[in-house]
Amino acid sequence: MAGHSPMVDTKKLWGGGFSPFNVSYGKMMMWFFLVSDAFSFSALLISYGFMRHRFEETWPVAEDVFTHFPFLHGDHPLLYVALMTFILIMSSVTMVLAVESGQRMNRKGVIKWMAWTIVGGLIFVGSQAWEWYHFIHGTELGALQLADGTIAQWLSDAKNSLLLPTGIEVTGAEAAALIAQGTEVYGANLTVNEYGLPLFADFFFFITGFHGTHVFSGVVINFIIFVNVLKGTYEKRGHYEMVEKVGLYWHFVDLVWVFVFTFFYLV
Amino acid sequence: MDFDRTAEYAAHHSEEDGKKMRKTIWVIFWVLLAVTAVEVSLGLAWKDLGLAWQFVKWTFIILTLVKAYYIVAYYMHLKHEFKNFIYVVSLPYIVLVVYLIILMLNEAVFVHDTHGIM
Repeated sequence: MAGHSPMVDTKKLWGGGFSPFNVSYGKMMMWFFLVSDAFSFSALLISYGFMRHRFEETWPVAEDVFTHFPFLHGDHPLLYVALMTFILIMSSVTMVLAVESGQRMNRKGVIKWMAWTIVGGLIFVGSQAWEWYHFIHGTELGALQLADGTIAQWLSDAKNSLLLPTGIEVTGAEAAALIAQGTEVYGANLTVNEYGLPLFADFFFFITGFHGTHVFSGVVINFIIFVNVLKGTYEKRGHYEMVEKVGLYWHFVDLVWVFVFTFFYLV
Repeated sequence: MDFDRTAEYAAHHSEEDGKKMRKTIWVIFWVLLAVTAVEVSLGLAWKDLGLAWQFVKWTFIILTLVKAYYIVAYYMHLKHEFKNFIYVVSLPYIVLVVYLIILMLNEAVFVHDTHGIM
């Protein structure tokens, strides 16, 4: 009853007409979805932070794990992930340029910038696959999993001396005894990780995998909207708000990567 | 089906406004790129420069928040939405996540100190 009272001015109450806050229904729901999705990513990154602080001394250093770069030999920490970050920022720019073109009803501009966004997204997903391949594959030397399940690193190519997870170096007969009881491991999966704690690998696969799934679905959604733009759907509708909505999702994917980059690779 | 409610809210702007907006977009891009470049070079050089890890770590976190602000405020356009909408979207998230971070990291240090390093 009160809702129909002339005393209630909906415009004043919500700051909008039909829709609260002067935001359209679809855009608002996209924002609410993104907030809930942000909670999922935050929960993953915070639990990563928990384990990192709990195993502070034995947690693998990302700089020692992700050192590969295509066509280059030797150690290049951070370079590859910096390139991936650049690609994703770039695709964010092309997305926001597509949105801007849409607001001028410039169909050609939307087509051009959305196409570049899709290309950027595909390159990013490909880069992630490459990074996973090297992490799963591991190093040539591998490492030794001790009888208690912890990982010791080889101190020489001859594999006769070890660096224990406690930071102690062992050689000679003592090392030989540990080697006899342990097993050699290469690369990382959900149960074994040559770089140290398997938890590190679990979090890596889960967080970058969850993010990669978002990037991939973002590319698919962008592609669907791109086809609609080509067909002239939004030209007929009179506005390109759908491009804005997928733009919000795409920027969110970039935003998450900003945090993954910091907390997985830098800190 | 001629009536489309979103048409009321769909943003349109002129060629002239577009020019200004594109300029802002590219300025933000250079900011994001510069911040990322600083992060990467700091990550590569902090040991050689003899900087304290705590300082480096907090620099990374602050720079990350700077980047996040620019993406959300400008690329996602949140800065130009209604003020109440900005609060609806950001406050529940910020309050809960800050609480969760403090709670979980505090517990992590406690478990670490009582259960040893392995």
